[in-house]
Amino acid sequence: MKKTPLYDFHQRHGGKIVDFAGYALPVQYDKGIISEHLHTRNGASLFDISHMGHLFLDTDHSTSSLEYIMPIDLNILPVGRGTISFFTSVDGGIRDDLMIAQIPAKKRSQCFYMVVNASQKHNDYAHLELFFKKEELTILDDRALVALQGPKAEKVLREVFPNFTEEMFYLDVRILGLDFGANTGEDYIIISRSGYTGEDGFEISLPNNKAEAIVEKIVSHPDAAPAGLGARDSLRLECGLCLHGHDIDRKTTPVEARLEGLMKKRRKENGGFIGHSVIQRQMKYGTERVRVGLFPEGRSPIREGVELLSERGESVGRITSGTFSPTLQRPISMGYINTEYAEPGTKVVALLRGSPVNMIVTTLPFVPLRFKRKVVR
Amino acid sequence: MIRYTKDHEYVRVSNDVGTVGLSKHAVEQLGDIVFVSVKNVGTVLDVGTEAGVVESIKTASDIFSPVRGEIIEINQSILDKPELLCEDPENDSWLFKVRITDLSALDALMSEDEYMNFI
Repeated sequence: MKKTPLYDFHQRHGGKIVDFAGYALPVQYDKGIISEHLHTRNGASLFDISHMGHLFLDTDHSTSSLEYIMPIDLNILPVGRGTISFFTSVDGGIRDDLMIAQIPAKKRSQCFYMVVNASQKHNDYAHLELFFKKEELTILDDRALVALQGPKAEKVLREVFPNFTEEMFYLDVRILGLDFGANTGEDYIIISRSGYTGEDGFEISLPNNKAEAIVEKIVSHPDAAPAGLGARDSLRLECGLCLHGHDIDRKTTPVEARLEGLMKKRRKENGGFIGHSVIQRQMKYGTERVRVGLFPEGRSPIREGVELLSERGESVGRITSGTFSPTLQRPISMGYINTEYAEPGTKVVALLRGSPVNMIVTTLPFVPLRFKRKVVR
Repeated sequence: MIRYTKDHEYVRVSNDVGTVGLSKHAVEQLGDIVFVSVKNVGTVLDVGTEAGVVESIKTASDIFSPVRGEIIEINQSILDKPELLCEDPENDSWLFKVRITDLSALDALMSEDEYMNFI
C-alpha cells in the first residue's frame, strides 16, 4: 500500500488504516464512523483524499479536445470557476466523474485543473494522453489533497488562516499562498469550494512537505476534527451522490444515472462529444432502467449487489450502494430499477440472507445538499 | 470457562449452558454496530450453524454457533439497542444462551490465551 503525506497524521490521531485503491488510508478514527458522520453534518471534518488524482492541463486547443471528451461548455467556464462532469465512453457510459476548473493560464493560452477518482486515475491519464500531448499534462502526484467539509468549514478556515479573505462560492477555484492569502511565493495551494459529502466545504491541494503542518493547524480548531473514508461514504450516499465503480461506471449512462443535469444545455442539444448519439437517444426515448433511492423496511442495511424483485418475483433491479443512515437513523440504499418500477412509493423486494425484505422506491437525495451556491439575481 | 472460535465468537460455559457473543476484538473491528439479529429461542443449532447477524455501518458479519444445542434465551436489550454491543461484548453484551448437548466439541475451540495469540 502507498502512504499519503498524511500517513503519520492518521497514526497520531488514531486512524484505523485500510487499503483504499492501493493507498493506506483511515476508514475511521477513534470516535467511529457515525460520530464522524454527524460531526460533518454539524461542524467541520477533515478528510485525506490524497489517493484521488489531480492535474493541470495547459493547452491551446481546449474547446476542440476537452469538449470532445466531456459534456462541458467552456463558454460558461471562466477562470476561477469549476464544474462537475464526466469523461464519456463511445456507448454513452461514464468512464469517470470529475471536477474541472479553469485557472489562470501559465505556459499556454489556457490552464485547467482537474480532480478525478482514485480508482480510475491511471485510465484517466491514459485517456487524456489520447487527446493532449504529454507535455500539456502535469500530474500533481507531489501534492496532497484534503477536504474540509461541513457547515463550519468556512468559519474554521477563516479563523485558522486570517489571510483567507477571498470570497468563494460552490465550485469556485483559487490558487493561493500557503497562508490562504494571495499567492506570492514559490509554494501555493489550490482551493475549490467543493466536496463529496453534500455539505458546504473546500477541497485543498497542498505541497506534500507542507501538508501535515497545515492539516494539523486546521484540526486544532475546536470545530474541526479528522474523519475517515467510512464517513465520507455514508455522507455521500445520504446525499444521493454516486461512487464510480459502484453506482456509475463505463456501462452506465448519465441518463440511466439521472445525471443529465450535469451535462450542459448546449452540449446536450448540439452534441460533439463521445457517446452523444446514445445519450441523445436515451434522453428522447428514455432508458430501460434508472437510478433510484430505496428505503428498506426494518433496521438491516441492504447493500451493494443485492437483487431486487417485483412482488411477483421477477428480477427488476439491483442495489449499488447501501448503508445505515446516521442522519435518518434508518437503512438507505441506492440502485438501478426497471423504469416501470421507478415511481416513488413502488414496493419491491430484496432477498437478504434468503429472507425477503420489503423496499420502497424513493427520490434522491435522502438528505438535502447544502452547497453554498452563488445566488444569481 | 471461556472458549473462542476462529470466527471470533466466544462461548462462556457454566454447567451445560453456553453464553455466546462476539469477542471484544471482533466488535472493535466492526466499528459502529447498527443492527443485530439472533435466531429465536427454541432454534436448535449445530457447530458452525448461522445463528444471527451483526451489521456495522460498514459491513455485515454472520454469527456462527460455536456449540451444538438449543437457544434458551436471547439478549433482547442488544437487539433493541445494537449500539450497546460495543460497550462490554464479552460480559453484559452477550447475544444468546444455548443449552449445550455436546460439551466435548468445546475441546476444538481456543482458550483465551490461544485466542489472544490468534488475533
